[in-house]
Amino acid sequence: MTRLFAILLLLASVLAPPSVRAAGQEAAAQSDALAAIGSGDYDKLRQGVSALAASGDPLALTILSALHDGRLMVGPDHTLYVKAADGKLTNAATGKPAGAVAGLHEVRMSNPVRRALEAALGGLRLFSADPAQRLAAADAVFHTRDVAALPGLEKAIAREHDPTVARALRQARAAALLSDAKASQSDKLVAVALLRERGDQEARNILAGVTAPPAAAAAAREAVASIDRTLALWRMAQDAYYGLSLGSVLLLAAIGLAITFGVMGVINMAHGELVMLGAYTTFVVQEVIRSNAPGLFGASLFIAVPLAFIVAGAAGIAIERGLIRFLYGRPLETLLATWGLSLVLQQLVRSIFGPDNRQVGTPDWMSGAAQLGGLQITYSRLTIIIFSFLVLFALMAVLRLTPLGLRMRAVTQNRRMAAAMGIRTPWIDALTFGLGAGVAGMAGVALSQIDNVSPNLGQSYIIDSFMVVVFGGVGNLWGTAVGALTLGVVNKFLEPVAGAVLGKIVVLVLLILFIQRRPRGMFPLKGRAVEA
Amino acid sequence: MSPRLTTTTLILLLGAAAAMAVLHLATPPGSALHVPTYAVSLTGKYLCYAILAVSVDLVWGFAGILTLGHAAFFALGGYAMGMYLMREIGARGVYGNPILPDFMVFLNWKTLPWYWHGFDMFWFAAIMVLVVPGVLALLFGYFAFRSRVTGVYLSIITQALTYALMLAFFRNDMGFGGNNGMTDFKDLLGFPLAADATRVGLLLATAVMLALCLLFSSAMVRSRFGKVLIAVREAESRTRFLGYRPESYKLVVWVVSAVMAGIGGALYVPQVGIINPSEFAPANSIEAVIWVAVGGRGTLAGAVLGAVLVNFGKTVFTSWLPSLWLFALGGLFILTTLFLPRGIVGTFRRRDPVLPAPVTPAASAAREVAS
Repeated sequence: MTRLFAILLLLASVLAPPSVRAAGQEAAAQSDALAAIGSGDYDKLRQGVSALAASGDPLALTILSALHDGRLMVGPDHTLYVKAADGKLTNAATGKPAGAVAGLHEVRMSNPVRRALEAALGGLRLFSADPAQRLAAADAVFHTRDVAALPGLEKAIAREHDPTVARALRQARAAALLSDAKASQSDKLVAVALLRERGDQEARNILAGVTAPPAAAAAAREAVASIDRTLALWRMAQDAYYGLSLGSVLLLAAIGLAITFGVMGVINMAHGELVMLGAYTTFVVQEVIRSNAPGLFGASLFIAVPLAFIVAGAAGIAIERGLIRFLYGRPLETLLATWGLSLVLQQLVRSIFGPDNRQVGTPDWMSGAAQLGGLQITYSRLTIIIFSFLVLFALMAVLRLTPLGLRMRAVTQNRRMAAAMGIRTPWIDALTFGLGAGVAGMAGVALSQIDNVSPNLGQSYIIDSFMVVVFGGVGNLWGTAVGALTLGVVNKFLEPVAGAVLGKIVVLVLLILFIQRRPRGMFPLKGRAVEA
Repeated sequence: MSPRLTTTTLILLLGAAAAMAVLHLATPPGSALHVPTYAVSLTGKYLCYAILAVSVDLVWGFAGILTLGHAAFFALGGYAMGMYLMREIGARGVYGNPILPDFMVFLNWKTLPWYWHGFDMFWFAAIMVLVVPGVLALLFGYFAFRSRVTGVYLSIITQALTYALMLAFFRNDMGFGGNNGMTDFKDLLGFPLAADATRVGLLLATAVMLALCLLFSSAMVRSRFGKVLIAVREAESRTRFLGYRPESYKLVVWVVSAVMAGIGGALYVPQVGIINPSEFAPANSIEAVIWVAVGGRGTLAGAVLGAVLVNFGKTVFTSWLPSLWLFALGGLFILTTLFLPRGIVGTFRRRDPVLPAPVTPAASAAREVAS
């Protein structure tokens, strides 16, 4: 029995974790370090900070953070106390609460001490229990490329379980290795390969600074070239995304016009003002929600879309019945009259809502962005892209699949025959115009999220919208979509080369030239409808 | 436009300008008959707009080209004159640089851009006032008319043209003063612009220039050339089938009209004392069209009347009831097109060129079937 007990004891002493075995040593190291920190001598203080960090003492992070924030106090007997934010003191060596102590003063630091402290803190965070803190610490080392952090990194890598953090740690080690003149060539080559794999702007900058040894420098140059290629591809993808986003905005603004101008042949210069009405409807909806039911704010846009359709659509029907129907067959006069109407609508809105920009809020689910590789996808833009295509497809479905759409197509194709078949053509005219106007109103809801809601909102889109419709080919919804997206993407690809304003000018000039070549757009309608 | 109407307009125009000049210079400021300085410059401004209106009427009223970009030619002429006036300031500018205009010194430019050379001489600037709008119109018109861009499509690309120019002139690196444009002019041909006599001189010069434009335009539209032009307006395809080349006729009248607009702009700048990119705004071009529509499309004299009336209304409204001006202007567009399609002069004249009668959907449907 005693023998058995003795064997068990022996086993226990052999199998005990190193930390327990070394507990005595650690305690000694800790008290030495604390004594050094409390000594008041900067040199000793600096050594104490490093020693404490290296000791592996669980309290080290607390003490060093306190020192960093100026909350580490030293008593007359050189005992250290950590002062919490609420003023309570704890004994630094034991971690136990301490009563009031007289004659405390803050531990002061010199700049070398502060630097040592920062490095020590960074190293300690590498071992924090929180993966997010470890990741942040790894990133911090990656940015500073501190050679001194290398031993800590090695230790951290050895005990890391989280794959993401492990990768960040290895990249940090690679960055530090590359700035270490003493590191071996093979280590450096591995580091170059790791950074090449990371492949972002910062990795590229580190690699560009590698000059020795020659083999590593050559590998680094190659890696830089490869990263540059990848980054250029991502930039292009980002430009394409911006272009798509701009294109979808243009599509939204132009799609209503594609109905009124494209299908009916009515030049509606007040189209932009119908968009503006939609944007102001959003503003009113949000104001009502804010004052009556703040909880519904996230749904405000879903409420605003149908309302904007109704408001702008009703305005459209009123415009058609009150003005445009007297001007059929006189496109130039229609243009002038609707321009006048646009001035009246602008002034009307200005009189009611004032001339200033109105604040339209973005619901939470639309703000923020996702990172997809090197691509930043903002949710508001993504929502608008999706929304514009939904509107496009809904409109196509209305024209193709509903009885109203059938009548609309009949009337535009052959008015007399349609009338003879019992279709009330004036009523269809009004409804078609109302549909186009309503779609413009829905566009206004989307534009209120990315543009200033002011009485001038519509004017800034009218020229672009006409350009899109003419470019795409009048009377062709697909053409409008292709035209809008092409213009958006071309514009955004020109922007980095030529600048925003010059890019827009170039696009306008290209469009003018394009219309010279193909006066009927990319996808012209063929047949008798063309001459009507 | 009948010769009698032209003569009447010319007599009225020159007489009014001369009377104004005499009343301004010969009567003391306190007298009841005295015309104040601001009225002289205001009238001068109206007459410049009238030149623009005549140029718009020439293309819209007689060739059927609805231009929504004529203010571009007006502004280009204005910029050419503005460049001369800038160089004329010389060392009297804020920075005292004898060669570079103030805004270039401000932007840290060291040398004069090549396209600013020669503008220190009036004759060169005067030629540029004609050449720059003319060449732009020639290029634009040549391509547009050759590829038979007509009707609304042409209107939209003229609008795009002036919009593109506006964006371009807003840029500082263009070397035309960017956003602020050019201002602080001192004198013209040695005559100080602030002096009353210079203002009267400019008013008279504008009146004479407007009279010349009217005479030239009315001679042009009454000639054989003008008859073909009207035929193009009424039935372009038919004219082509008769063996004429509509694009050449349109191109000539288009370039003449652009040059005329440029002259208007050149006279406008010294009288208002500033030229900036907002003159290119598409809204300005459309406003010029409504002057013509109000006065009477295709009557030339009506264009003058419309420009003066509408702008007088604008002055009155914007000083008394600024918020109502856009209602009034918008209403003018709507009411004129609905109820006064021939404009003031057109409505009161017995013999006038036949404009297409208002068409109802039914009538346009009948045309559709017939085609």
